[in-house]
Amino acid sequence: MVRLLQIEWIKLWNNRASKVLIVAYFVLLTLISLVAAIKFDIGPIKFHLAELGIFNFPYVWHFNTFIAAFFKLFLAVVIVSMMANEYSNKTIKQNLIDGFSKWEFVYSKFLTVLAFAAVSTVFIFVVSLLLGLGYSDYNEIGIIFSDLEFILAFFIKLVGFFSFCLFLGILVKRSAFALGFLILWTIIEQLLFGLIGWKLTTWDTAKQIKNFFPLESMANLINEPFSRLSAVQNLGQQIGEDLKFDYAVHWYEILIVLVWSSLFIYWSYALLKRRDL
Amino acid sequence: MSSETILTINNLTKKYGHITAVKDLSFTIEKGNVYGILGPNGSGKSTTLGIVLNVVNKTLGDFHWFDGNVSTHEALKRVGAIIERPNFYPYMTAIQNLKLVCKIKGVSQDKIEEKLKIVGLLERKNSKFRTYSLGMKQRLAIASALLNDPEILILDEPTNGLDPEGIHSIREIIKKIASQGTTILLASHLLDEVEKVCSHVVILRKGEKLYGGRVDEMVASHGFFELKSEANGELVQLLESHNAFGKITTEGDLITAFLNQPLKSNELNKLLFEKGIVLSHLVQRKESLEEQFLTITQNQSN
Repeated sequence: MVRLLQIEWIKLWNNRASKVLIVAYFVLLTLISLVAAIKFDIGPIKFHLAELGIFNFPYVWHFNTFIAAFFKLFLAVVIVSMMANEYSNKTIKQNLIDGFSKWEFVYSKFLTVLAFAAVSTVFIFVVSLLLGLGYSDYNEIGIIFSDLEFILAFFIKLVGFFSFCLFLGILVKRSAFALGFLILWTIIEQLLFGLIGWKLTTWDTAKQIKNFFPLESMANLINEPFSRLSAVQNLGQQIGEDLKFDYAVHWYEILIVLVWSSLFIYWSYALLKRRDL
Repeated sequence: MSSETILTINNLTKKYGHITAVKDLSFTIEKGNVYGILGPNGSGKSTTLGIVLNVVNKTLGDFHWFDGNVSTHEALKRVGAIIERPNFYPYMTAIQNLKLVCKIKGVSQDKIEEKLKIVGLLERKNSKFRTYSLGMKQRLAIASALLNDPEILILDEPTNGLDPEGIHSIREIIKKIASQGTTILLASHLLDEVEKVCSHVVILRKGEKLYGGRVDEMVASHGFFELKSEANGELVQLLESHNAFGKITTEGDLITAFLNQPLKSNELNKLLFEKGIVLSHLVQRKESLEEQFLTITQNQSN
């Protein structure tokens, strides 16, 4: 396993474009903390973002994982091109001739995906923890470490999304086209949802079905935190358990994404196995 | 004879749609020999190599490496192979690329410099692969294939697209490796290339094996004599009456007489001298690989 990760590391880190994107991604993750510094001080209007309560435990876990998930696109480019480049450089052929099995090839890419997701998760955990410790109004241990399922959801979300990218890289073999396909697919999911709701069933059933689509299921893992924030404002001190329930990460949401991830990895392997190079 | 089998291919068939690229092909590779796979472009050479190298899926038949107890990808760690164009990461240097190959093959990185020296790339070891000329890329591929001190080196059209100097240096490298006792399998459409280095040959045409065996036993022939004399008429008559000779042709004043059974040149010279014919030219030859190759392919198409 270490050997496979080392191999992928050599391939990635020596590529300048990948290196820049990886560094940019982690810098941006860290820069979330700069949001804390946003302050408007125009005469009578005083606005300090950090004082809105976005860094309060446990809300900070939800807020930060939601925002950080947008930056995953940087790594998506890295992952799609690390796969597609093996085809365009034909190095996949050389790797197999040199004694990689087809499974080892897919597995080493998947391990890289896991490593990216894991490092991102640790990163966002530390950044959120520090921000929370700095700005949160509640600092009891019990509150700090509640709602940590958002961190787990973040990890699962990244694994699912990156596995999808990996699969697209193998399927399309060209990084630009694979990324185009990724955008196309987000549109297809919405179109499909529209079609099902319009023609086949009721809109309510269509919404249920939509939750099973790959990208939609990943998006569902961490719902948008903003309405929760305004709720916090409205309710003032009364942060209720009933609110927490609405935004929770459900086990079946995690399961759906895990099933998609396994399918993408299996399909990647099946494609590679079937193809002549 | 203590021969160790390196590769066994049994009834291998590969179909691309309704086109059959390799048809019911069988042969074995024994340790210590230099094999050539000979055939025109599109005769199934690269497909066959692709199958045994795990990059092309077979349709029918089977093959196994060594004694058959190792999986193909494990076996390939004991093999060195270059097929078609050299494939490396363009943004990495020679050293970085070879380190990666070492990791994949699971061998130590100690031999990188030594192998780069063999192919004459030591001075350029820190240049990025994309800055290399085609000849240098091909030599780097050979260095890479040698990293694990392979039990067999497989080369597919190693001199394709190279300039004469490049071709020469690649052939020198191959000869050097062959002289160290490494088994080599060389696919080529160039007859003289195979003739210069190979002891055994498999001839393919349209995916079918026409011949497999030693190069010098390819055509059951005893060679031929090229003769000239002042009295060509009598000479031809005499040769026609001799039962060692078959076909006899005359081109200008050069007589070519093909043998049906072995006959030494000194015996022939003595015989003719006793009959009063003095030769001005006497050469005994075997058919070149090209002549043999054409004989075989023509026999098959008739």
